[in-house]
Amino acid sequence: MRKVQIPISDDVVRSLEVGDPITLSGVMVTARDAAHKWLMDTFITHKREPQGDDLEVYEALKKLLNGGVIYHCGPVVSQTETGEYRFVAAGPTTSIREEPYQGDIMRHFNVKGVIGKGGMGAKTLQACQEVPGLYLHAVGGAASWLAQTVKRVLGVYKLEFGAPEAFWVIEVEDFPVVVTMDAGGNSLHAEIEARSAKVLEDLLSEETS
Amino acid sequence: MEHLKEPLIELIRLAATNLPPDVEKSLRQALEREEPGSAAYGALETILKNVELSRRRSTPICQDTGTPIFYVYHPEGWSTRKLRQVIQEAVAEATRRSYLRPNSVDSLTDKNTGNNLGDDHFPTIHFEEVDGDTLTVDLMLKGGGCENVGAQYSLPARVGGGVPAGRDLEGVRRAVLDAVQKAQGQGCSPGILGVAIGGDRGSAYYASKEVLFRKMDEPNPDPQLAEMEERITEEANQLGIGPMGFGGNTTVLGTKITGLHRLPASYFVTISYMCWAYRRRRMIWKDGQVTYE
Ligand code: SF4
Repeated sequence: MRKVQIPISDDVVRSLEVGDPITLSGVMVTARDAAHKWLMDTFITHKREPQGDDLEVYEALKKLLNGGVIYHCGPVVSQTETGEYRFVAAGPTTSIREEPYQGDIMRHFNVKGVIGKGGMGAKTLQACQEVPGLYLHAVGGAASWLAQTVKRVLGVYKLEFGAPEAFWVIEVEDFPVVVTMDAGGNSLHAEIEARSAKVLEDLLSEETS
Repeated sequence: MEHLKEPLIELIRLAATNLPPDVEKSLRQALEREEPGSAAYGALETILKNVELSRRRSTPICQDTGTPIFYVYHPEGWSTRKLRQVIQEAVAEATRRSYLRPNSVDSLTDKNTGNNLGDDHFPTIHFEEVDGDTLTVDLMLKGGGCENVGAQYSLPARVGGGVPAGRDLEGVRRAVLDAVQKAQGQGCSPGILGVAIGGDRGSAYYASKEVLFRKMDEPNPDPQLAEMEERITEEANQLGIGPMGFGGNTTVLGTKITGLHRLPASYFVTISYMCWAYRRRRMIWKDGQVTYE
């Protein structure tokens, strides 16, 4: 399996195609519904004014996400007696909920990879071609295994969103994913859906013997 | 009933953290059918490593520990009100011990109760009185992702882009294959299909889950349904959706079908889709001794 280091260069992004299984190592940031909405409203559409530590978090995220990776995950996190965080369960959550935001966030921050499950829609696929970037599918349900690829929790922002919704900055080693949307505009989800629809048609035209 | 609390907590722990051997075996067989190095192979490998790790560390196999669904078979004269109470206590305690994630949300206020208790339907508990003096408690944890791709067809209907599905076994086959194609990888395939033919809309979903308690390699007692189960599994796998929808040879690990009486006017085909994290366990209580399956 090909090993890919984060931050990911444009050349590496362009060399990957749908169906490629890879492993990721480096620093990534978790984000789900609340985090995406906050980024969008505060820094992209400017629907709300930055307040509190918003600008500080923004500056930190700009560095982390430039060439970086967003992971759609609401982890279960434990804290040791010394105050250190540890990921206990960290499977992917359904990505399509972030479809209204994802493309704009990828462009704004130069995000090279988005990890989740279930695939995303046309707007994100368009951004994958422009940025260029990738949608990476993790194994749904493999919460314990994926948590153990998280070697260190480097920090957390916006914990007030609740632990599952906060931005967790994590260092991973050999995190397994499959490229299912690529910079060439291909979507494995669309391909498999079309192919299986064709097979279904054939199966349904056969009568019971 | 208090004495049943700890044994019930253990039942929940087992279900959440220790995948049943027949399911794991079936996942291993699926791995052998995939091409080493392919995306499908990698997904199954990760799933199997995850299963081992969860068992060893006693942590939830998947972070979505789902709706706890209990089927309680109790001897004559037992109070179901008290049984319900001790089951609810065990669920709350198992949540406190992190075997279960807090999953019970009030649909009107959006508030999570934090302990997996809600109204009389969360956790879901079904009671049935049986002969003899043995208490049997079956527990299934049904995740949300796969529950969302379950489906119910009222036959006759048009499926798969316009093909008619009529009120017979051929219609059933067409409806089930249509549901599998629509689900793609969204229910965390490879899945297991629980299918109920007939009933009404409510009883049929109930039966489509109950039938999932049959073991993977347990053939259907009805030879005609046994044949249909094999055929649907085989044909669903021809769809090529594969683990997680990555493409591959295993989309479905097995199919379990049951038939219910129905009104002459209705003919439902009801499919409960169970993800690979097929968490089900049984507790048997007899003469003060507890055993688990
Ligand atoms: S469908 Fe099953 S394996 Fe997938 S996230 Fe839900 S409970 Fe976990």
